Amino acid sequence: MKSYLPPEYIVERDEDKCIRCKVCVNQCTYETHSYDAEDDVIRSKDENCVNCQRCVTFCPTHAITIRENPTAYRENANMTSDVIKDIKKQAETGGIILTGMGCDRPLLTYWDRLLVNASQVTNPSIDPLREPMEIRTYLGMKPDALEMEYTNGDIELKTQLTPQLTLEVPIMFSAMSYGAISLNVHESLARAATKAGTYFNTGEGGLDPSLYKYGEHTIVQVASGRFGVHSKYLHAGAAVEIKIGQGAKPGIGGHLPGEKVTAEISRTRMIPLGTDALSPAPQHDIYSIEDLRQLIYALKEATNYEKPISVKIAAVHNAAAIASGIVRAGADIVAIDGVRGSTGAAPKIIRDNVGIPIELALASVDQRLRDEGIRNRASIVAAGGFRSSGDVLKAIALGADAVYIATAALVAIGCTVCQKCYTGKCPWGIATPDPWIGKRVNPDIASERLTNLLRGWSHEIKEMMGGMGVNSIESLRGNRLHLRGVGLTDTELRILGVKMAGD
Amino acid sequence: MNTDDRLIVNPFNHDKDFAGCSIFGMMSLEGKRFGSKDPVRAISNMHERSNGLGGGFAVYGIYPDFKDYYALHIMYLSKDAKQRTDKILASCFNIIYDEELQTKPANVVDPPVIWRYFVEPRKNRPKDQSPDDCVLDAVMRINTETGKAFVFSSGKDMGVFKGVGFPEDIADYFCLEDYTGYLWSCHGRFPTNTPGWWGGAHPFNILDWTVVHNGELSSYGINRRYLEMYGYKCTLQTDTEVLAYAVDLLMRKQRLPIEIVSQVLASPFWAEIDQMEPKKRLVLKALRQTYGSLLMNGPFSIIVAHHGEMIGLTDRIKLRPMMAATKGSMLYLSSEEASIRLVSPALDKVWSARGGEPIIGRIGGKQAVENQAKLEVEQ
Repeated sequence: MKSYLPPEYIVERDEDKCIRCKVCVNQCTYETHSYDAEDDVIRSKDENCVNCQRCVTFCPTHAITIRENPTAYRENANMTSDVIKDIKKQAETGGIILTGMGCDRPLLTYWDRLLVNASQVTNPSIDPLREPMEIRTYLGMKPDALEMEYTNGDIELKTQLTPQLTLEVPIMFSAMSYGAISLNVHESLARAATKAGTYFNTGEGGLDPSLYKYGEHTIVQVASGRFGVHSKYLHAGAAVEIKIGQGAKPGIGGHLPGEKVTAEISRTRMIPLGTDALSPAPQHDIYSIEDLRQLIYALKEATNYEKPISVKIAAVHNAAAIASGIVRAGADIVAIDGVRGSTGAAPKIIRDNVGIPIELALASVDQRLRDEGIRNRASIVAAGGFRSSGDVLKAIALGADAVYIATAALVAIGCTVCQKCYTGKCPWGIATPDPWIGKRVNPDIASERLTNLLRGWSHEIKEMMGGMGVNSIESLRGNRLHLRGVGLTDTELRILGVKMAGD
Repeated sequence: MNTDDRLIVNPFNHDKDFAGCSIFGMMSLEGKRFGSKDPVRAISNMHERSNGLGGGFAVYGIYPDFKDYYALHIMYLSKDAKQRTDKILASCFNIIYDEELQTKPANVVDPPVIWRYFVEPRKNRPKDQSPDDCVLDAVMRINTETGKAFVFSSGKDMGVFKGVGFPEDIADYFCLEDYTGYLWSCHGRFPTNTPGWWGGAHPFNILDWTVVHNGELSSYGINRRYLEMYGYKCTLQTDTEVLAYAVDLLMRKQRLPIEIVSQVLASPFWAEIDQMEPKKRLVLKALRQTYGSLLMNGPFSIIVAHHGEMIGLTDRIKLRPMMAATKGSMLYLSSEEASIRLVSPALDKVWSARGGEPIIGRIGGKQAVENQAKLEVEQ
C-alpha cells in the first residue's frame, strides 16, 4: 500500500560545508543518511528522519539543518495536520499509534500559573552563599510523637523510627527499566544518584548485578510483570517500589517486544531470550486495597522491615482517596505520576488523554492526608514532567516531600525528546536495548552531566528558599502560603489551596 | 478589616499578619507575686518598637482565690456571640463565677466587651477526655463556631489582657495596677500587614501557655497545616498563634521538656547534628525528621510562659534581639537591655541570648539560671 504520509522533516545539507566525513551516516540509526561513492555525495532519506538532532550535533562542519516539512494540509483548527496524519497512519496499519516520552499537547501546566514569594522588609532574605541552607530530606513514615526517657539530664530515645531514605537533594531519578533504556544509562543514573546523595529507580526490568554496588542509592521496582524480582534484587536496593501505574499510561500494562529482549536483558528480566516481556495492566495479585496491603507487607517481610516500601500510582481522578488507602495499607512512600509523565512506549491516545495533571493530584492528595490526620504516615513523591528547579520548588511548597525526574535526566545526557523511544533505535544510545548503540552513552560523562544538573537545580532551589526567608526545606514543604496563582479560576485555586496573586 | 471574615472557613489561609514588636518578661524564681508597675514601665520604654496597634500582658498567679478553676477571658464582638458562647460554656462546664472584666476609660481603640468566667469541666464529658482537653475543645469551638467570640486566655490562676493600643494604654484600660502575679510577659505590637484588632494582639494563649513574639514566621503556612492535623484551628489571623499551639502540643500533650521543644522550634543545622556524638545525634535527627513541620523558620524572638516556667528563645540564626538579666531571684527577658536597666539599674548578670538556645527560668531554678548566666557572661 502506498503511504499517503509525507516525511515529517526535511534534511538540508550545505554542500559547501559538507566534507563527506560520514559522521551523519554512521550516527543515524534510522538510516537517513547514505554515502554515494560514485558521486562523492551524501544523500538523505527525509522520511526516515525523526529529528533527533544526533547528526546535527556531531557534524563537524555544521553542514546539516533539520526542518519541519513545510508542506501542510489546508489549515484547519479542528482537523489539524497531526490529526489527519494520525488517521492516515492508522488507515495504513490498522494498529494503535505508539509514541514515547510525555504528553506533548498544550495541557495546562499549572506550574506556569503559580508564582513564588520572596521576603521584603519585614523578614530578611537569606543569602545561601553565606549562611546555611538546608535541603536534606528524609522519606518514610514519621511518628506523630516521639517518646523519650530522661535520667539525670541524659536523654534516651524510646521511639524507633522506621527505615528512611536520606536525600541530600529532594530530586530522584524516576523509574526507567533496563530494556527500555540501555545498561549504560542505568549505570549513569546509579552513579549520579550515588554521587549526589539521592536515588535512582530501576524501573520494572530488574537490575544488572554489575550495578548492585550502587544499591544504597537504588530503589528497586516490583511491577505487574515481576521481571527480575528475586530475593537478592530486593535486598540490593535501599527501598522497594510497587508500581501500580504510570502517568503516561494509567490503567494499561507494558510490552517490551521480543526483538528487544537481548541475552543480557533476558537474563536480568528472567525471561527466555527473544520472548515478549508483557506487563499485565493490573498486578494480578492486587485486585483490591487489602491485596495491596498484603504485597506491601510481603515485601517488608522479605526485606526484614529494613527498607521503606513505596507505592507508585498514576494521577487519576480520585487519586486522593486512593492515596489515603495506600497510606493506610502501610506504604511508607506514595509516588504519584501526573499526566505529563514520560514513557518508553505507550499508545499515544492514552498518553495524551488519560490521567490528571500532577499539580492538582499532588495538592489534593496532600490535603486529603492532612484532613485524615495521616500525612505523617507516608512521604509523598511527585512525578510527571518536572522541567526546572522552579517546578520542583513549587511541588514541594504544594506538599511533596521530593520529586522524581526522568525526561529532564535523559535530556541532560543527550535526549532531545523526539518521542521515538519505542523504536528502540535511539541514536543517542539512551532508549535502546542494543548494547552497540548503548555505547554512545559514556557513564563517566553522562553521570557527570546528571550530577551537574542536580547541583545546578539545588543551587537554584536554595536561592529561592533564601529569598523566601526560610533556611530549611521542611519550612517550605506544604507551605502553600509561599505560592500565589495567576490566571486560575476559584475552583482551581481551591483545589491547589493557594491564594490569587495580589490577595 | 472585615470582621465578618473571622470564621474558620478559610481554605486560602486568609490574612496572615506580620509583627515587628517589643517583648518583655519578668519572673520571680521564688514565685513571689509583684505588681504591674515594673513590667508596664519596661514595656512602655520600648514605645518606638510598637505603633499603637496592639499591646498585651499575661499574668501568672493572678487569681489565688479561684486557682482550682479555669479562668476564661473571652472577647465578644456582638451580643449574639455571647449568647452562642454561653450555650457552649453551659454544655461543657459548671460556671462558678462570671463577670465583665473591670475596665476604665483609656486611650484604646474600639474596645469590645470582655468577660471573665471561672469554670470547671463537667463530669459527664467523654471518659478519655482530660479536663485540659475539654477546655481546649471548648476554646476551639468558641473561636470557630460563634463567629464573633474569641478566647483570650483559658488557664488556671492566670489571665491575658490585650487589645488595640500601646501597651501602657492597655494596662490602663484593664486596671492592671489592681493585679499582682509572679510572672508577667508583655508585648508591644507593630503589625506591618493588616491593621491591628483585639484578637490579634499578643500574648497568645491556650490553657495556661502564653507566647509573646517579635518577628515573622516564614514557615507559618506549614506550621499551621501541621497543627490543624491535631485539632488546632488558627483563627486569630496572625502567625504567633501557631507558636502557642505548637508549645501546647509538644509540652502539654506530648510531655516533651522545653530543652527538647526548643530544639524542635529552633533546631540545630544538619551540619551540627552530623558532628554530634551518636546518642545525641540520634535524638536530634529523630526530632527533625518527626517535627520538621514545627520548625519555626524566619526571624523571631519569643517568650513562652506557663505556670512555674518562663522561657526565652530566638530563631536559630538569631535575626531578632533578646537580652536576659538577673537580679536577686528575678529573671528578666527583653528585646532591649535599656528596659531591664530602667526597672532594675543594678543587675547581677546581663547577657545576650544565643540563637536557637533557650533561656529557662523555673520556680526554684534560680541556681540553673545563675549557672547559665555565669557561663554566658564569662564567654
